[in-house]
Amino acid sequence: MQEPLLELKGVKTHFPLGRGVLFRRNVGTVKAVDGVTLTIARGEVLGLVGESGCGKSTLARTILQLVPPTEGAVLLAGRNLAELPPEELRAARADFQMVFQDPYASLNPRMTVFDTIAEAIQAHREVPGAELAAEVSSLLNRVGLAARFSRKYPHEFSGGQRQRIAVARALAVRPRLIVADEPVSALDVSIQAQIINLLASLTREMGLTMIFISHDLAVVKHISDRIAVMYLGKIVELGPAAEVLERPLHPYTKALSSAMPLADPERERTRRRILLAGDPPSPVNPPAGCPFHPRCAYAIPECSRDQPRLEAFRPGHEAACLRLEQVSAD
Amino acid sequence: MPEPAPASPTPPAADAVEPGRSLWQDAWARLRRNRMAVIGGVVLLALTVLSLFGPLFLAISYQEQDLGLGAAPPSATHLLGTDKLGRDQLARLLFGGRVSLLVGLAATGVSLTIGLLWGSIAGYAGGKVDAVMMRIVDILYALPFTIFVILLMTVFGRNFILLFVAIGAVEWLTMARIVRGQVLALKRQEFIEAAVALGLRKRRIILRHMIPNVLGPVMVYTTLTIPAVMMLEAFLSFLGLGIQPPMSSWGLLIKEGAEQMEEAPWLLVYPAAVFAATLFSLNFLGDGLRDALDVRASRD
Amino acid sequence: MRSTSGHPGIDRVALLEVNDLRTAFHTRNGIVRAVDGVSFRIDRGETLGIVGESGSGKSVACLSLLGLVPQPPGRIAGGGAVLDGVDLLSCPKEVLRGIRGRRVAMIFQDPMTSLNPYMSVEEQLMEPLLIHHKINRAAAARMALQALQEVGVPEAAQRIRSYPHQFSGGMRQRVMIAMALIGKPDLLIADEPTTALDVTVQAQILDLIVQQQRQRGVAVIFISHDLSVVAGFCDRVMVMYAGRVVETADTRTIFREPKHPYTRALQRSRPAVQAKGVELCVIPGLPPDLSRPIPGCAFAPRCEFAVPDCGRAEMRLQDVGAGQASACLRVQRGELNLQ
Repeated sequence: MQEPLLELKGVKTHFPLGRGVLFRRNVGTVKAVDGVTLTIARGEVLGLVGESGCGKSTLARTILQLVPPTEGAVLLAGRNLAELPPEELRAARADFQMVFQDPYASLNPRMTVFDTIAEAIQAHREVPGAELAAEVSSLLNRVGLAARFSRKYPHEFSGGQRQRIAVARALAVRPRLIVADEPVSALDVSIQAQIINLLASLTREMGLTMIFISHDLAVVKHISDRIAVMYLGKIVELGPAAEVLERPLHPYTKALSSAMPLADPERERTRRRILLAGDPPSPVNPPAGCPFHPRCAYAIPECSRDQPRLEAFRPGHEAACLRLEQVSAD
Repeated sequence: MPEPAPASPTPPAADAVEPGRSLWQDAWARLRRNRMAVIGGVVLLALTVLSLFGPLFLAISYQEQDLGLGAAPPSATHLLGTDKLGRDQLARLLFGGRVSLLVGLAATGVSLTIGLLWGSIAGYAGGKVDAVMMRIVDILYALPFTIFVILLMTVFGRNFILLFVAIGAVEWLTMARIVRGQVLALKRQEFIEAAVALGLRKRRIILRHMIPNVLGPVMVYTTLTIPAVMMLEAFLSFLGLGIQPPMSSWGLLIKEGAEQMEEAPWLLVYPAAVFAATLFSLNFLGDGLRDALDVRASRD
Repeated sequence: MRSTSGHPGIDRVALLEVNDLRTAFHTRNGIVRAVDGVSFRIDRGETLGIVGESGSGKSVACLSLLGLVPQPPGRIAGGGAVLDGVDLLSCPKEVLRGIRGRRVAMIFQDPMTSLNPYMSVEEQLMEPLLIHHKINRAAAARMALQALQEVGVPEAAQRIRSYPHQFSGGMRQRVMIAMALIGKPDLLIADEPTTALDVTVQAQILDLIVQQQRQRGVAVIFISHDLSVVAGFCDRVMVMYAGRVVETADTRTIFREPKHPYTRALQRSRPAVQAKGVELCVIPGLPPDLSRPIPGCAFAPRCEFAVPDCGRAEMRLQDVGAGQASACLRVQRGELNLQ
């Protein structure tokens, strides 16, 4: 594998739940991210999938140090971001950026596009006036927007265009890593394709490393090199994109994959769909043992006691399940 | 409710950079269309101008007494009549306007500044700092205002400046709460997270990203604070704690007029009318501002 | 997953027949023609999928049928919608109220805002029964419990007195379905009921709707922005763009042989279609501004097959054979083969 850019080692992000008005008692913990170990190579696109409550958004924010990890290390090019003093962390932010889900909330409504991008450019670099304007224009063109719109305000643009502006802002600091948190979920289908193409081509051209978070498996499969599946704060499966979705190892991934709607009426009506019982769980009271066992069709008594670890079943493809043999045989 | 899709910006002919239309411009346009708000604004402007420059054009000063005349109804020389010491009511009214408006603006300014800073810091800092700061606000809220002012007046003597301070010291509490609420809501907005992620300094985030987006409700509340402040001043003067004659304020004039309501009704009617007009205007303006700044409306 | 539908030809009197529906919104920026001449029919027990992106008018069209569009700023500018002899758009308000919830029920995308947070689930389930069916409270309570069990809410007897916020998103959606079906309506309109749900929950809810549809023979209009979601479920599909219908056909046909460039483009822009690493097919440009009159075909500015005539001739939905109708001028003229 290529040299690693990002290494997560046993990352846990827990939020205490408090009760009481004057003095808050601790009544529990939300274990949003509960032990994630992962290595991402330079130039790789990692897809991160999971449903609500799985912790993928919290993981994204933990990597970006918008939320401090409770435990574990976040190493970017060997430096542990979680242990950097505030000033160094602030300077280091030029290396990693995020594209958010909601195009309507991720831009300051009172700043023009020009100001937003210029501010990003100058956050870590000194760029004189004339060059600044040129760089803003070039960034806008890069994301497919005409420079003549630069004095407009966010509310004058459509959702897809705002997302492009958000991408331009992220690129302005010249990062090495971009975390895209459901960047197309709030957009129409015909616009989604435009933004996905944009992100894919930029990543290739600029040699960026990207973590692409989505609940839409088709999108993730298209753009990612590898896919990690998250459930209740843990990674339950990790492997090459096509393999994870076409030959899943973990029961949850199987269910997820089978729940994906296919654009083919024949196959839709004849295929056997795996329906999970119950709802996605809440991270406040995770079950003992394997987090998925209450909803798992393959569960055996051991599953409620022992926590499975990620083990490789095929080269480069690992899953956290005590019954990998039986599950993969189906 | 499904909304119609937003209009896409139409591509222009030339290559020049197109001007944008900020939310402030949008709000201003909407405000101008609100008839009551415009009327309120015009009335307010007129009263302010009259109060500021009116006395310069009057032959008589507000202090001149004419004991022989006594309380006289409106006449050619004294357009609004005179009080029992023969002082010209018009002059007193205009001069009183200066005082009332000044107190209104200054005290509001004080409360705005303190409240904005207090609320922003509490909201942004969060945690224990926030808890302590807001408990202080809660405690101060519980203090009875009148007693507080009497205490101040007794200890420091009657003082014009003290009046501002006393009033401002009370009004900033609500402002702080409003600002803090806005900041808390804003903190969760993704563009604030993005600003942090970019590596911007805290000061810049507060000044460039937080405060401009908090100003909307703050502005609305400010226009509604001014009438409250003016009423407080009137109340104080009514009690004899505020402005003293020969200086006048609308509140004082109303007090004096109320005392002589039966013999000299003109002493009450004109100040009360002017005061009421000012309060109405400020309220309409405030309502208009609130409607104009409604962010949701800017999406159509 | 075949649903029971009336065979076309045998039951020719449609359950609901909509003719040239037009709904506009009077906004600050002008008159937005959200629904611009939409006609369709649905038979008893049939499932119709209405597919379109935001701004296509699919939701507004169905809300107009039930008088749920606020007027102002909305206004039904024309057309008719006949349900068993009654024109929903011009009947008196009491008649419409009697039909809503009793013969036509609707479920929405966000169950949190569609359920009353101050009423328990039991009360909300009983409400349509008490209003429309005039039965006593005890009987209604029994039916409410049964309805909740039928939609697969576990421990229904214990949870029926709970409030909406105590349920998860998927469960709330089940409650909404139970509420909609408890009055035994003839037609269920589902407005993007699964869009806000997780994929696995979406599968559960779709399964539930299909199962209920088969058991009760209720007709379903399923609104979605996702063609694939309606693929496994609906008998026929109607595709909308910019407030107009661009194509209707039965499901298999519309997927195998789309006869409108927009339908085809929608299908092809799905990431599942392209191999990894290959650029996705993109529909260039943006949806049109509905506050301006759109001459000719609304899709023409973004269409790869457009010719000058497309922007001039009036766009009409026309039969192009085998129960399929398309509004594409060039397809109607036989000039275009989209396969």
